[in-house]
Amino acid sequence: MTTVASVPRTTSAVELQNVSRWYGNVVAVNDISMTLQPGVTGLLGPNGAGKTTVLHMMAGFLSPSRGTVTVDGAPTWRNPGIYRKLGLVAEREAVHGFLTAREFVTACAKMQKLPNPKAAADRAIGLVEMTDAQDRRIETFSKGMRQRTRVAAALVHEPQVLLLDEPFNGMDPRQRMHMMDLLHKLGDEGHTILFSSHILEEVEQLSGLVQVIVAGRLAASGDYRKIRRLMTNRPHVFAVQSSDDRRLAVALIGEKSVSGVEIEAGGLTVRASDYGSFTRALPRIALAEGIRLRRLLPSDESLESVFSYLLEA
Amino acid sequence: MSTVAYITMRGLFGRRRALLLLPLPLLLVGLALICRAYDVDPQQWGQAVVLGLGLAVVLPVIALIVGTGVLGSEVDDGTIVHILTKPLPRRDIILAKLLVAAGVSAVASAVPLFLAGLMADGVRFGLALSVAAAAGALAYSALFLLLSLVTRRPVLLGLVYILVWEGLLGRFVSGTRVLSIEQYVITIADKIAPTGMLDAKVSLTVALVMTTLFAIGGTLYAVNRLGSFSVAGETS
Repeated sequence: MTTVASVPRTTSAVELQNVSRWYGNVVAVNDISMTLQPGVTGLLGPNGAGKTTVLHMMAGFLSPSRGTVTVDGAPTWRNPGIYRKLGLVAEREAVHGFLTAREFVTACAKMQKLPNPKAAADRAIGLVEMTDAQDRRIETFSKGMRQRTRVAAALVHEPQVLLLDEPFNGMDPRQRMHMMDLLHKLGDEGHTILFSSHILEEVEQLSGLVQVIVAGRLAASGDYRKIRRLMTNRPHVFAVQSSDDRRLAVALIGEKSVSGVEIEAGGLTVRASDYGSFTRALPRIALAEGIRLRRLLPSDESLESVFSYLLEA
Repeated sequence: MSTVAYITMRGLFGRRRALLLLPLPLLLVGLALICRAYDVDPQQWGQAVVLGLGLAVVLPVIALIVGTGVLGSEVDDGTIVHILTKPLPRRDIILAKLLVAAGVSAVASAVPLFLAGLMADGVRFGLALSVAAAAGALAYSALFLLLSLVTRRPVLLGLVYILVWEGLLGRFVSGTRVLSIEQYVITIADKIAPTGMLDAKVSLTVALVMTTLFAIGGTLYAVNRLGSFSVAGETS
């Protein structure tokens, strides 16, 4: 597993220690340990990797077969008290459709025993921009509106930890942007947000921090750009443009950290075996050759590249 | 009224399923009315209508529709998650659901049974049937609530209990009557107002103790099951 220490540890809101979950002979989650920090973290993995199982264990809806899952030190399984600190937006879209959005969110506030449920519901409905439609029955809503109502219900008690399973399903681009802004804001305020997704662009836009699960195991954990740099067995790919690409290519091929150079119409594609050595060597070589560097871009540091490398590993 | 009970009531009466509660009580009262209107001797129709339809069909079927509707449908469609993700003791959730199920079943079955009993033998018989139906509604509701948590097909299993256990085995295998809520209801009603229309086959002590056991045991087990309620992942 690849791990990167990122944000300094403050409060360990959610912690999994050596957690496994199996169904008969099938191992769904295999010996996963992770700590979620305040901020937004993406839970990433292909379909069937075990993301939902992990989320359900965090939310207290599945018992781990082995290991412990805790929120602020308290076990999540058979412990309804954790829901004062935890909100869940499950993947299944079912909501009590016979209630209006306001009735539903207010009912959630009352079940949380908040001192002023109506005010809390108004605030949560406002956060997800559903004020105009709050008096309509939920069964008349579009998929995206239902999703926002469910998010409002999960946020009504301002939980320290918010877990969201595929939260952008059914949302149009504008709603998606708004939800991303909202989650960013909550993360910046110190809430611990974990959302699962199999759409890499969503994770890339929303969070640098990822927990990648592949075949039930934690394949990587931390900032995906740093994870990429730790994959020393894969050459790093850079797009380089300079005042004289051909001469720079000749000079670079003699550099130890460079494993390949391709000359293309728009510049060079350089494969470097060592990220640090190459980025230090390039300006030195350019200076020595009198070549001006115009552009240097790591071209395989996208989440997609990192993810595909992890899947291939 | 607790918020859980409020949502449960809204769910119960906000769905078409609630309409299923109407035909059987109407049929029961309608048959009794027709018999009265044609001046048929109550000894000829009383047992068939009150026992054969009222206690053997109307009460358990209404309790089945309501008992599985208050929790089973929420488990089925996943909306139960919104209630379970609240810091509520699972005991409170089950008690709220049981209160609604038993209350609605009791009213929906005791009122037509009272009217049928009134027409068959008088006020006392009507009241006896109502009290027994209320006790039966509580025991049935606890049972069907529990079935909603132990099986994915609570309605089917409930029907098997009503039709096969109580309806078929209860007639031919005397030992099964000790575990038949219908028999407890018959005994309680018969002891309050002996009319000859009802044939009590278990003692009053057995009826009272077992009704209590069904109600309390079913509730406690349901609380325990809800405490370890698991959600199966759709993509995991």
